Amino acid sequence: MPSGRGVRRGARLAAPVVPAAAALGASFGVLARTAHFDAAAAVLMSATTFAGSAQVAAVSVLGAGGGVAAAVVAALLLNARYAPIGISVAHGFRGSVARRLAESQLVVDESWALSGGGTPSFERPILLGVGAALWVAWVGGTVVGALVGQAIGDPSALGLDGAFAALFVALLAGQLRDRRRVAAAAVGAAIAAVLTPFASPGVPIVAATAAAVVGWRRG
Amino acid sequence: MSAAWAAVISVGAGTVVLKAVGPVGVAGRRLPSRVHELLEMVAPAILAALVVTETFASGRSLVLDARVAGLAAGVVAVSLRAPLWLVVIAGAAATALVRLLS
Repeated sequence: MPSGRGVRRGARLAAPVVPAAAALGASFGVLARTAHFDAAAAVLMSATTFAGSAQVAAVSVLGAGGGVAAAVVAALLLNARYAPIGISVAHGFRGSVARRLAESQLVVDESWALSGGGTPSFERPILLGVGAALWVAWVGGTVVGALVGQAIGDPSALGLDGAFAALFVALLAGQLRDRRRVAAAAVGAAIAAVLTPFASPGVPIVAATAAAVVGWRRG
Repeated sequence: MSAAWAAVISVGAGTVVLKAVGPVGVAGRRLPSRVHELLEMVAPAILAALVVTETFASGRSLVLDARVAGLAAGVVAVSLRAPLWLVVIAGAAATALVRLLS
């Protein structure tokens, strides 16, 4: 890790979002347990995937009885944005392949945005500081949530299935920045509703990806 | 291996690769902006689909049950700019309450 002030400054910049990351990590841990994930599987997923919406999507597809393939495809489609995001900051990474590989795993939406990703003033140490602080909060929160979730008897009595819907609404609201995204969302929702009676759980979500073209063509 | 572990390993490995594409594989090049724009539209499409299936899908049926209350509570919490963890709790509490009363 590059030492120094930049990383520490990044960790401080992350402070306002660290409690939220920990709380959401705990929510993920509980929800994963309700979808019959081992506590260790939930924690390993947070440590390696480190991307909230993709993790919750994979868990919810499996929890609804969908297949592994649909769960994996839905999650990876949600994480596909990390390819262009990573490319937009690639010029700032130095050193051996192993080091760049390790550091690249700290790229998440918040660390990218707070470090000026995609702009000429991008600072890699800040990305690493923000990313590391959020990783600790996210994984630590998941440990707590997975252990609490283990103690929960009947998840439907606690309304945890309804919590998924609320969480996705919140994540969606953060996306609806312009009319193109609203159009993509509306068509995606329609595709999912129409296909649900005809396809295995999970497949309608993957098919809804096609709605991305609607927003794209309006651009 | 259970479905959960298979998903954890596949999604984890795939995400490691996606995040590494830029910093490891690319030296300063950029994707065509149209490709970037298309990828940006994927998240709203999938998240909207997840809202529909998490609220109304039960296996291969569309149903109206207590989860609708969770969705409604989520919408209210989001419109009041509640933090994410509070949105999750509101959704669970509303769903549990309707289920308890019905």
